[in-house]
Amino acid sequence: MAKVHVTTSINGEPMEFLCEPSDTMLDALRGPLALTGSKEGCASGDCGACSITLDDRLICSCLMLAVEAQDHEIRTIEGMAQGDKLHPLQQKFLEMAALQCGICTSGMLVASDALLKKNPEPSEEEVRFWLAGNLCRCTGYDKIVRAVMETAAEMRAQ
Amino acid sequence: MMELRYLAPDTLDEAVGAFAKAGSAARILAGGTDLLVQMRSGMLKPGVIVDIKKIPEMTGIEQAADGGFRIGAAVSGMALAEHKSFGKVWPGVLEAINLIGSKQVQGRASAGGNLCNGSPAGDSVPAMVAAGAIVTVQGPGGRREMRVEDVPAGPGRTNFKPGEILVSFTLPPRPPGSSDAYLRMIPRTEMDIAVVGIGVSVTIKDGTVTAARVGLGAVAPTVLLVEDAAKALIGSKLDDAALAKAAAACSAACRPIDDKRGTIAYRTKVAGVLLKRTAAIAAQRAQGK
Amino acid sequence: MNLVTNNKWIGQRTIRPDGMDKVTGRAQFAADTTMPGMIWGKVLRSPHPHARIRSIDTSKAEKLPGVKAVVTSKDIVDFPIDKGAVMLGIQDMRWMCRNVMARDKALFPGHPIAAVAATTEAIAAEACKLIEVDYEVLPWSIEIDDAILPDAPILHEFNKFDGKPSNIAGRLEHKKGDIADGFKKADVIIERTFTTRPVHQGYIEPHACLISVAPDGKTTIWSSSQGQFMVRAMTAYLTGIPQSDIRAIPAEIGGGFGGKTIVYLEPLATLLAKKSGRPVKMVMTREEVMRATGPTSGSKSTVKIGATRDGKIVAAHGTFYLQAGAFPGSPIRGAAGCSFTPYDIPNLLSEGYDVCSNRSKVAAYRAPGAPIGAYAVECVMDEVAEALKMDPLDFRLKNAAKEGTKAAHGPVFPRIGYIETVEAAKNSDHYKAPLGKLQGRGVASGFWFNAGGESSAQVNITEDGNVVVTTGHPDIGGSRAGIANICAELLGIDYRRVSVIIGDTQTIGFSNLTGGSRVLFASSIVVTQSTEKIIQTLRERAAKIWEIDPEAVKWENGAAHPVSPNAGQFEPLTLEELAEKAPAMGGPIGAGVQLNTTGADGGFGTHVCDVEVDVDLGIARVIRYTAVQDVGRAIHPGYVEGQLQGGVAQGIGWALNEEYIYTKEGKVDNPGFLDYRMPVCSDLPMLDCIMVEVPNPKHPQGVKGVGEVPLVPVMAAVANAIYNALGKRFYALPMSPPKVLEVLEAPTQQAAE
Repeated sequence: MAKVHVTTSINGEPMEFLCEPSDTMLDALRGPLALTGSKEGCASGDCGACSITLDDRLICSCLMLAVEAQDHEIRTIEGMAQGDKLHPLQQKFLEMAALQCGICTSGMLVASDALLKKNPEPSEEEVRFWLAGNLCRCTGYDKIVRAVMETAAEMRAQ
Repeated sequence: MMELRYLAPDTLDEAVGAFAKAGSAARILAGGTDLLVQMRSGMLKPGVIVDIKKIPEMTGIEQAADGGFRIGAAVSGMALAEHKSFGKVWPGVLEAINLIGSKQVQGRASAGGNLCNGSPAGDSVPAMVAAGAIVTVQGPGGRREMRVEDVPAGPGRTNFKPGEILVSFTLPPRPPGSSDAYLRMIPRTEMDIAVVGIGVSVTIKDGTVTAARVGLGAVAPTVLLVEDAAKALIGSKLDDAALAKAAAACSAACRPIDDKRGTIAYRTKVAGVLLKRTAAIAAQRAQGK
Repeated sequence: MNLVTNNKWIGQRTIRPDGMDKVTGRAQFAADTTMPGMIWGKVLRSPHPHARIRSIDTSKAEKLPGVKAVVTSKDIVDFPIDKGAVMLGIQDMRWMCRNVMARDKALFPGHPIAAVAATTEAIAAEACKLIEVDYEVLPWSIEIDDAILPDAPILHEFNKFDGKPSNIAGRLEHKKGDIADGFKKADVIIERTFTTRPVHQGYIEPHACLISVAPDGKTTIWSSSQGQFMVRAMTAYLTGIPQSDIRAIPAEIGGGFGGKTIVYLEPLATLLAKKSGRPVKMVMTREEVMRATGPTSGSKSTVKIGATRDGKIVAAHGTFYLQAGAFPGSPIRGAAGCSFTPYDIPNLLSEGYDVCSNRSKVAAYRAPGAPIGAYAVECVMDEVAEALKMDPLDFRLKNAAKEGTKAAHGPVFPRIGYIETVEAAKNSDHYKAPLGKLQGRGVASGFWFNAGGESSAQVNITEDGNVVVTTGHPDIGGSRAGIANICAELLGIDYRRVSVIIGDTQTIGFSNLTGGSRVLFASSIVVTQSTEKIIQTLRERAAKIWEIDPEAVKWENGAAHPVSPNAGQFEPLTLEELAEKAPAMGGPIGAGVQLNTTGADGGFGTHVCDVEVDVDLGIARVIRYTAVQDVGRAIHPGYVEGQLQGGVAQGIGWALNEEYIYTKEGKVDNPGFLDYRMPVCSDLPMLDCIMVEVPNPKHPQGVKGVGEVPLVPVMAAVANAIYNALGKRFYALPMSPPKVLEVLEAPTQQAAE
């Protein structure tokens, strides 16, 4: 079976990997690229645990072929903190107990970051509808929504 | 095990050639939000995937001088939302496309894929039908145009000829006093497949409806153009009697099934309820309220 | 009791020890681990709800290039049915060995038939298709009403009820007084029948494991579960490998809610790894999770409550039939034992029936059985209150269980906080707020037993004077944060100096499952006792240095001090200083405690729910929610609230949209997150919490279990709210739009019954 060679950029770093043509981007991230922060909860685009950005657009990595990454820019949860400095959303999730088991957390953070880049002042309703594609079974979403809104407020104040 | 080949041609001619050559083993990849799910579940094992996103015509949004729009088949809902004027002219079509799946899915899913997937419950299709959209398809036999409502042939099937690829949607110019709306019924607030979906497009002059189209989804093997509902609206001032008549026409048009998403009785009733609500929103928008 | 007062860390919203790994994507869940030489395992599953397996031919699969091992039920240790129960906790290994791999019969679609390990997932899947199984397809039943018919297809021919082969696998009852006498005294009697559908725990992380077996049988398991010791024991039982040879390492667990308290993959992967000589990884697909794991029971319950005109309940009778799935063991204990427990009822009969049918074996789900029972009881309570023209909370207060009340399932209550939860609900802003058009408000209460049980802890002082705490319970919802707060409090140091680790089976003593709302209750007892031993050591060492009596040394703010100037004038000796001196003072400082903990008294909650109904579409939405609960002592309030909010969200899903839907062929028709409709973020409002703190007198910090109670009242609270909005009662879950519309459009009849 002939694997395909893909050249891409991941979290700002040039990256190459080999994949099967039918592999999803999530397969590639979790396999050859060893970036297991993106999780597979459903493999059907219904849970959002595998959320990444492709050319700054929020997507489910389970719904993208790995070969499509050629010459594009991917960002994952592993690229969210700058060195040892957490992104404000990461810090706020910790402070406000906006995670329990943590399996949805990577996807929640990537999706929330994409929201705040597009809309720095979201209403509660806008946060809730934006995050509708990120299932969380532990928290009831309350603390997640609060953490996103409070982060947005703090980022605006800076 | 069959090997899969992935092709990402730069031109439409190359895409048509590769797609036609591979025959029934080939699948078109636009956003991939249906295709990859079908592949992963084992429902589908394509031999060739033709990614059309490198073809400029497939990913462009153009507004013609007459105000009409041409939307490439692979344009994602998010990209369409970012267009500066599309959402002002066709708010119903835009809201329909951006009800497909999550924000993550909307970053990838296209109206073209939604139509070609052949689901009677695809959200963008009733809105496109109501809009009177024309699709351009290209195949080994050349280019042709079809009305959107003529594309679906049944669940999972289209009336395209072998080797034909959907290229773009053309939406007509809008006379003054026109707008549209799309509503669907789902059990949750997001992330469900429509139990009933309805698109209404109207033109209103001095409070009277002068033109209307109604597209109805998830209540029959294909999305329906409900001409009786449109007739009930045209000439009316959207009074209760006209709306009731249009709602009854929608319910009468239903040929639904009982399934895990809804019952026959429920879908039939809801089609009428949604007609009234959707027409009211479209009319408000048309009258600039 | 040794309640620490003026707490510095207990009650603080500290940063959880595992948080950093989880917000950066570093945390290792079960599917995130790999090993050199690793191969992939896949399971062949039954397509039939009920079929005798005449033969299995694996020869073609074994010949496929890349296939390294195939296992069937022949490879699994058999626990013969006629030799009697072999219990591990609440699980009978006779059923477990047949659940992980079908033996003579396949009992549900998704029941494992064989497993294959191959060099890639694709080859393993291909090999499964090459396995030839000769099935004799049998008639089947899924619904309770079908399974208890006299001529129903019998799943287990050996099982007899009333002397005849039956699918009713068990019955239990709790009794108090005489209900016939009691009902005679009643002025108002309401009796109703309710049904609920099976619902899944819905954890986002599918079951997964990676297992390596060395040629000498030494086995290492990485898997996510609610108990690494359960994984070790069950795998040992089912593979024949002694427990001492199995090291089960707990990965981070991506949600469990009870569904990860039994094994599915681990014994299969162990046998595949043993046969192939290669590490084997297995990860379920979402579809496999939905078809073959969990859910909890569907049910049919009848509840009758009688009360006098002045609002006193004189008698109650509940009959709860619960689906067990393919093997006996539905949570009838929770349904029959918990549902009436908030009330002091003189004459009570509560019966549970365990019914087998052709769907996956139930697994525990958050207060197993209790939400099912409470749904029926709390809805009838609402009707009785209405018939008596009483406020539903006043009706509950009038009948509330309190200190000294004898519960039908046995205990006499010590000081409990149920009344406080009702009063707090009644006094809440929420309960007093006005309602709009087509809005309604409902209330309901709930009880869960809570649990103690075995826990082990080791607390070690590092050479630089910091602390490592190791316990044996997987942390699902933040228990490590609670442990850090308690240990830091006791030692008087910053909580960030306490590292909390979950040990594997070979490095920490036996610790029972993360379940039953027991983890923080039990583990904080052993951590407290270990820490107290360390403090004793530290005092002794300081005393030795100062050459005074250890009783003259106190431990405060992270240092040893003389108890008073009379004891001598010495500079305090800090934890760091004593750690540094440790080698010369008798060696390393550390202590471990292992206990079977007791004293976990039950927990109570009372919920207030507002809904708004779209009457044309039949859509009910929860627009405001307040959960009140007696939480004992909130060691980390953020994660206590998180438990309340998470339980409420699951209950709202159960009430409104979640259900297993079956095809005419007896297969699950919605085995994915698209059509198994769990609440998404936009479905819910903020979920308010009122934490009532009535400390548990039998716990050093006053802790009570909190995780399960919050699911118990929810479905009834939602149903009562919908009634309040519409004036129509609903007797079946879920109250999904087509069903709501059906009731709204039906001619009024229920009220006349």
